Amino acid sequence: MKTDQANPNLTDYLPLLFQGVPITLEVTFAATALLVVSGFVFGLGRGSKNRLIRWPAGFVVEVLRGSSAIAQLFWAFYVLPYLGINLEPFTAGIMVLGLNGGAYFSEVVRAAFASVPKGQTEAAIALNLSAWFRLRRIILPQALPIMVPPFGNALIDMLKFTALLSLVTIQELAYRADAIRSVLADAAPVYSLTLLIYFAMALTLSLGVQWLERLVNRWGGRTAAGSNQRAASGVPRWAFGR
Amino acid sequence: MGGIPDDALLGMRDVTMRYGSRTVIDAIRLAVKPREKLAIIGPSGSGKTTILRLAMGLERPTDGFIRIDGQYLWHVQRNGALAPAGEQQARRARRAVGMVFQQFNLFPHMTALQNVTEPLIHVLRVNKKEANDRATDLLTRVGLATHLDHRPAQLSGGQQQRVAIARSLALRPKLMLFDEVTSALDPELIGEVLNVIRDLAHTTSMAMMIVTHEITFAADIADRVIVFDHGRIVEEGAPDVVLRQPQSPRTQQFLKAILER
Repeated sequence: MKTDQANPNLTDYLPLLFQGVPITLEVTFAATALLVVSGFVFGLGRGSKNRLIRWPAGFVVEVLRGSSAIAQLFWAFYVLPYLGINLEPFTAGIMVLGLNGGAYFSEVVRAAFASVPKGQTEAAIALNLSAWFRLRRIILPQALPIMVPPFGNALIDMLKFTALLSLVTIQELAYRADAIRSVLADAAPVYSLTLLIYFAMALTLSLGVQWLERLVNRWGGRTAAGSNQRAASGVPRWAFGR
Repeated sequence: MGGIPDDALLGMRDVTMRYGSRTVIDAIRLAVKPREKLAIIGPSGSGKTTILRLAMGLERPTDGFIRIDGQYLWHVQRNGALAPAGEQQARRARRAVGMVFQQFNLFPHMTALQNVTEPLIHVLRVNKKEANDRATDLLTRVGLATHLDHRPAQLSGGQQQRVAIARSLALRPKLMLFDEVTSALDPELIGEVLNVIRDLAHTTSMAMMIVTHEITFAADIADRVIVFDHGRIVEEGAPDVVLRQPQSPRTQQFLKAILER
């Protein structure tokens, strides 16, 4: 990233910096998708009555939660190839971040399902509704609204954790910021701008989560509860200028 | 077969329910005839709610056999013997039974009407229009024609319980189970719910098992009263006899405690 100018300027590098935004977002969304899927798998697994499902799910969650994400990332990146598993840096990064987030989110999923009163399932059984119908139309609509605010937190955490991927050659926003800083005399402007870009992205995601919350609450029939639920989602209301 | 009278709509033979070392239901034999209205009374913790939950198939007994309308709940007949069976068989047997709960257990994300139409559409496979018509009729019958589009949170406890009754009726059960359906209600709302049940008892051929602390109500509608204590039936007979001249000391004690409330 050399330049002929004696005094390289941040503005010259702005396109390079901003090209990191779609990469960061792409990794965030992909890893969050995996977070949701694995969160449900681990969460339902840990809530299972069957020990052969519950114990392995618990074990995987504890391993993922109990070791450093960076160590896991390095392991996936440098050790897996020795085991004959060659993952693309993107794939490895998304898997580590997604499964890690899923391990934490599994508790949210488990707690949300556990919070639906047992009487709901019993009433549905007494009405002879099928297990699939009970899950889809009775339990999920009541459990999902509980998961959305913590999901908002998880999504924004994920956005920030993607910066870890700069350590394994993925040229997302933080990687680029650091690279640009190394050719500039002054570190302040590029890092300050990077902070602002992350903040803008987080704010946008928060608004998206609020919209999702309203959608899910309507589905779950909690239109009235929507207002007092909102306080629980990551970003304070003053941040939206309302 | 199985020592259960052939004419019984619900039959239990030697049904036992244990939680760990605690025996909640102790080798109960019980038969409910078609159309029969059976009231179950007894102190709390005596097993009367558990017997309804067993009849509904919400719990699987530790021991014994339960037959409903010709189908065993947890067994299938194979080569003349009864072999344990699973959830699939239970679903078949549950078809004849409906249950109303102490806590209503309405689906909070659905309107009163949807609470009733959903089982019609998804269990009886009735088309949507027909389901709406039937559900409206049922809700009208329990006095809620003007509350079809209300969600449970917008209804009083008494209204919620009446929706729950309409919802159970939708599947046209041959046996209805009422589990302390007025215990969670404010006193002034109890009457409207009891009136609906009384009306059903007098105008339909459904058999009923009613767990209740409302002794006068039980005396009014029941053909037979059974008294539970410590997971056993300590007394049973016509309401006039059991409730007015109880023989068992446990029954006398229990009724005395209730009447002096």
